Amino acid sequence: MRSLLIFGAIALAALCGPALGTEAPKVKLNTTADHSKFKELQAPFGNGPEVTKACLACHTEAAGQIHRTKHWTWEAVNAQTQQKLGKKTILNNYCISIASNQAACTTCHVGYGWKDNQFDFTKQENVDCLVCHDTTGIYKKAPGTGGQVFGKDTELPPGSGNIIKGLDLSKIAQKVGKTSRDTCGACHFFGGGGDGVKHGDLDSSMQAPDKALDVHMDASGLDFTCATCHQTSSHDVPGSRYAPTAKDAKGAFMRGRGEARNLATCVSCHGNDPHKQDARLNQHATKLACQTCHIPNFARGGVPTKMSWDWSTAGQRDAQGKHITRKDAKGHITYESRKGDFVLGEHVKPEYMWFNGTVKYTLLGDKIDKSKQPIQVNHMEGSPDDGKSMIWPMKVFRGKQPFDPVNQTLVTPHTAGNDDTGYWKNLVWDKAIEVGMKDSGAPFSGKVDFVSTEMAWPITHMVAPKEKALACEECHDRTGGRLAGIQGVYIPSRDANVWVDRIGWTLAALAALAMLGHGALRVAGRRKA
Amino acid sequence: MSERIYVFKRFERFWHWAQALLVIGMLVTGFEVHGTYRLLGFRQAVQWHTLGAWSLVALWVFALFWHLTTGEWRHYIPTFDRLLVMARFYGSGIFKGEPHPYKPTSSSKHNPLQRLTYLLLAAVVGPLIWGSGALYLFYGSWTAWGLTGFSLQGVATVHTAGAFLMLAFLITHVYMITTGPSLLSQLKAMVTGWEEMHEG
Repeated sequence: MRSLLIFGAIALAALCGPALGTEAPKVKLNTTADHSKFKELQAPFGNGPEVTKACLACHTEAAGQIHRTKHWTWEAVNAQTQQKLGKKTILNNYCISIASNQAACTTCHVGYGWKDNQFDFTKQENVDCLVCHDTTGIYKKAPGTGGQVFGKDTELPPGSGNIIKGLDLSKIAQKVGKTSRDTCGACHFFGGGGDGVKHGDLDSSMQAPDKALDVHMDASGLDFTCATCHQTSSHDVPGSRYAPTAKDAKGAFMRGRGEARNLATCVSCHGNDPHKQDARLNQHATKLACQTCHIPNFARGGVPTKMSWDWSTAGQRDAQGKHITRKDAKGHITYESRKGDFVLGEHVKPEYMWFNGTVKYTLLGDKIDKSKQPIQVNHMEGSPDDGKSMIWPMKVFRGKQPFDPVNQTLVTPHTAGNDDTGYWKNLVWDKAIEVGMKDSGAPFSGKVDFVSTEMAWPITHMVAPKEKALACEECHDRTGGRLAGIQGVYIPSRDANVWVDRIGWTLAALAALAMLGHGALRVAGRRKA
Repeated sequence: MSERIYVFKRFERFWHWAQALLVIGMLVTGFEVHGTYRLLGFRQAVQWHTLGAWSLVALWVFALFWHLTTGEWRHYIPTFDRLLVMARFYGSGIFKGEPHPYKPTSSSKHNPLQRLTYLLLAAVVGPLIWGSGALYLFYGSWTAWGLTGFSLQGVATVHTAGAFLMLAFLITHVYMITTGPSLLSQLKAMVTGWEEMHEG
């Protein structure tokens, strides 16, 4: 009996031993710090900046790193064109512009409280660490507040009856970790105001894609996160839509080479001769971006992307004077009074163009000429013979948007906002544009017209497995197929010297005719004989 | 009673028919690559065309070896002797039922017109197709081999021109089979190797 007790005690000790000890668990973790053990993070937090202050107590330089990035400044100067770009400045043909709409748009800013032009970009505690480093999935910035979060239910604005649900910020802070498809995707999958709206190759289906959707991010395969390619250092995320790398001639990236280059290109891992079986494919890769063949279609994950947006039809009301919403058979919105008509697309074939990495924007002050529609909100430069261009797949987003026909400029309407000039509430253009243009510091004549615009978005995500890459016939076709309009390359099947064909077929026909004639004469001669 | 002579040796017949098959295959797949029609699909057409090309190369290695070692290459030495007689026969005599003016022998099996045609085929059309074809095939390696100054367009155009010449030859050649003593006697000779020598 006694020996049994001793045995039991030993067994119990053996079972409890590891749990009772203070030794770190001997399992492979991808972090050296368990943030739940930090006393600084165990206090209840009332709002975002309080959490950030706690983060900065240890990560003393993190805010300084963030303050340098586009994620923070929403500013970018294109070194080639010298254009001042960034979300703060540019216009698009989706929701158009952040001017006067900051409180809504900055739900996707890595900061707290950018409600208007008074926002303090120098304040360290305004940086939002959690939006990128959350691992719980419960962190959510409150819409319309300039991206704020609160530790308990908060009425905002006070007296409005609009309650913003409080978050367990302490729990979220204790569980911080590396960025993930979920954290990046919380904004980048929802650009343009909804799931998949803007990019076409980024939407919520990429949170846990299968292999067919994205060969690298395949959640049960290679399981890449965004940062596997967009390998971030000092909080600088490589890869840019303002200055994309259209042609990466440098080959695979070697550590230690110390090159300042974009690490997010296909080539930085795969090199410039990735096709082992067929040198011809590598030759293709001297003219074609990898994406052209390896992303056959975009919006493949079941989430439609917007292909066009016609603001000119916005403003309709029903018989009761209320806003209208129309949906397609699948329940996706195709018309909203506050936004106009949409065309959605799934499994969309990209359009192809020569692109050398230089994007020129039509900015707010630039004169536009309605007789030259569609106006290119961004113009992708490139040509077959500049030595810098590749043939790229693009999502070309088309639409109609308001402009000022007197000043001949695009305009920045005030859309979001629960006030009496916000277009989404009142459906009155001139008031909305006046407020927006004032916020932009630009003149507005008071006249409103609509102009057709288009914008190109290079397609680079949703890389299909190699078996699903484009078949030769997609371009090697008499019509040229997908590359029908592309000049400057000789595509067998599409292209031929028309005179060689004419003369050749004539020669063959003459030979056949001559032989037939000769045969006929022989038959005739034999009959005579 | 007719006499028989053995004009086409076994290897020669194999070479001829294998080449015939390959050339027709190359034309069919080649014009598909060119975009004239859709049959197998571009990729398949390219693959078969490439396989056909390498098969022809192998066949020609053997054929060259055979011609050189057996001395059979002498059949392709051009001669203008009786060239006009041949031309006159095909141009008029053949319609009047005149006998073929050329009697093949085992030491000289091609008539002067044939000699000239085959020589032109081997010396002009051949290099045109093979030169441009090799460049076309190794398009992917031009840079690696330091080949500059070529354009795919130029190479493809020359290659297509060669293909048309080959097509015209094929049409003529197929018809010429029927110009023997009887409609099928030449075909029979290329199958069995034996040519019937009809006395005129």
